Amino acid sequence: MTLLVSARKARGSFVLDAAFEAPLPGVVALFGRSGSGKTTLVNIISGLLPADAARISLNGETLTDTTTGVDVPVELRRIGYVFQDGRVFPHLSVAANLRYGEKRTRAAAFVRFDDVVALLGLGALLARRPHQLSGGERQRVALGRALLAQPRLLLLDEPMTSLDGARREEVLPYLTALRDSLAVPMVYVSHQYDEVLRLASHIVLMEGGQVLAHGPVSDVSLHPRLAGVVGLDESGAVIETTVKGLDGNGAAEVAVGNTVLRTTLRGCRVGSRVRLQVPARDVILSTRPVEGVSVRNVLAGTVVDLVDQEDGEVLVRLDLGGAPLLARITREAREALALGPGVRAWALVKTVATRGHVY
Amino acid sequence: MDAFLTPEVTQALRLSLAVALRSVLFSLPLAVSAALLLSRARFPGRTLLDALVHLPLVLPPVAVGYVLLLLFGARGPLGGWLAQHLGVHLAFTTAGAALATAVMTFPLMVRAVRVSLEHLDTGLEQAARTLGAGPLDRFFTVTLPLLAPGILAGAVTAFAAGLGEFGAVITFASNIPGVTRTLPLALYTAMQSPQGDALALRLAILSLALGLAGLLLAELLVRAVRRRLGRA
Repeated sequence: MTLLVSARKARGSFVLDAAFEAPLPGVVALFGRSGSGKTTLVNIISGLLPADAARISLNGETLTDTTTGVDVPVELRRIGYVFQDGRVFPHLSVAANLRYGEKRTRAAAFVRFDDVVALLGLGALLARRPHQLSGGERQRVALGRALLAQPRLLLLDEPMTSLDGARREEVLPYLTALRDSLAVPMVYVSHQYDEVLRLASHIVLMEGGQVLAHGPVSDVSLHPRLAGVVGLDESGAVIETTVKGLDGNGAAEVAVGNTVLRTTLRGCRVGSRVRLQVPARDVILSTRPVEGVSVRNVLAGTVVDLVDQEDGEVLVRLDLGGAPLLARITREAREALALGPGVRAWALVKTVATRGHVY
Repeated sequence: MDAFLTPEVTQALRLSLAVALRSVLFSLPLAVSAALLLSRARFPGRTLLDALVHLPLVLPPVAVGYVLLLLFGARGPLGGWLAQHLGVHLAFTTAGAALATAVMTFPLMVRAVRVSLEHLDTGLEQAARTLGAGPLDRFFTVTLPLLAPGILAGAVTAFAAGLGEFGAVITFASNIPGVTRTLPLALYTAMQSPQGDALALRLAILSLALGLAGLLLAELLVRAVRRRLGRA
């Protein structure tokens, strides 16, 4: 199962010219700054926005092809859409909103009304009117309504942008539940990197209407252009791995390449699949093994490449025997340590510096 | 002082209510269609249609009545056809009074619907599309219910205005007691007769009360619907 997208659309001086291919089911994140063309692209996928030239196909079925004139009407695409502003029908109750798409679908149901209500915690809201809902509740209703239309693909356009931090934390678990328990294929538009790291399996990195890179999250996390979008402070290798052991003091040991990394992870067990991000700014490099330091992780590796960044900084990519790591150092440090491709190096990573979650 | 509602007053009141109601029922679907056409469709002659719809606002009502008489009179092109094929006579009938009223109040209704169309969030119709609703389905389940406040306000205002339509009615439908003598026509007749002062005053007070009630009702209805939609 695949989602294949290529689209071109000029709007004044802005030109969207994007193409990507992503495996499904999974969560494909369209990630980039505001104005990078994410919403335009997702509107083209939905069919709501006509493109100058486009080819969209889902699991081999062509939905749009401007060269052959194929253009499946939006209402027949079976592509759900959760809009930034929810767009819950103000004249209908929550229950009637949820039923709106369900009543109109001719597809076999993969989710039932009661399941969606339970999964999204909507039981107490069913009789309410949309204006009696909070922002987070409204987005959950929009999500449930889209799901009950039994979509083959669910588009989410920054569904949490209008929510504050606490409300965001209230909605995010529902999205992960959706991904894990229903395996609904999703395209998730976001400019929040932390959201993408928690939800996505695949990233389409966008800037100025172009796709800079696309691929699995761990691959794109190493892409030299990512730092330009998320900022150097947010860049760092993303590693998907499993928990090997727990030390009883809150630290977990996870396999990384041919070595073991100690990290702090909540709610994991031995064998849990986890996704870790090791911020590049928190990685110290040494050309000799180090002893007598508080850092618990001293990982041996080899320098793969070095990419110059702005402000005299360098992003160094290491290979830890099959797993990558990014380190952010100064140019001066590169000269002093004579770092270059192929050089043997040790990475020092504080246990508390890594960020991870069970995946 | 004798009872406020004399037979003459009740007759005029009933007639006015009937004429206004019929005119609203007749023109409502047309007004909604015209508003949709004017604010959403792009076609040659749109500006001309817009002007035609608004023409009764600026024309002397007597002129509107006269044009109706030319078109729908017994020998008019439309009137002749209607009489011959459907047996419908409009000139000098209650139905004719309703038609004249409908034409005169049409712009009011179109305007009210257009204003709410322009405030309508088209995103909701897009959402309905993504949920599998086709064009007609979307119109009846999303667009129309969301336009309801505007349509209601337009209908009530047109109804209130229709109670008092004078010039077009008297020209096209004449001033026949019990058939086309509505409140304003009865008021006019009373003013023309030497002993009609008391009757004229009653009719004037009644018209005033009805107009005020109509406008208040329109406002209350709009508020109630808005509250239901959470946009108060």
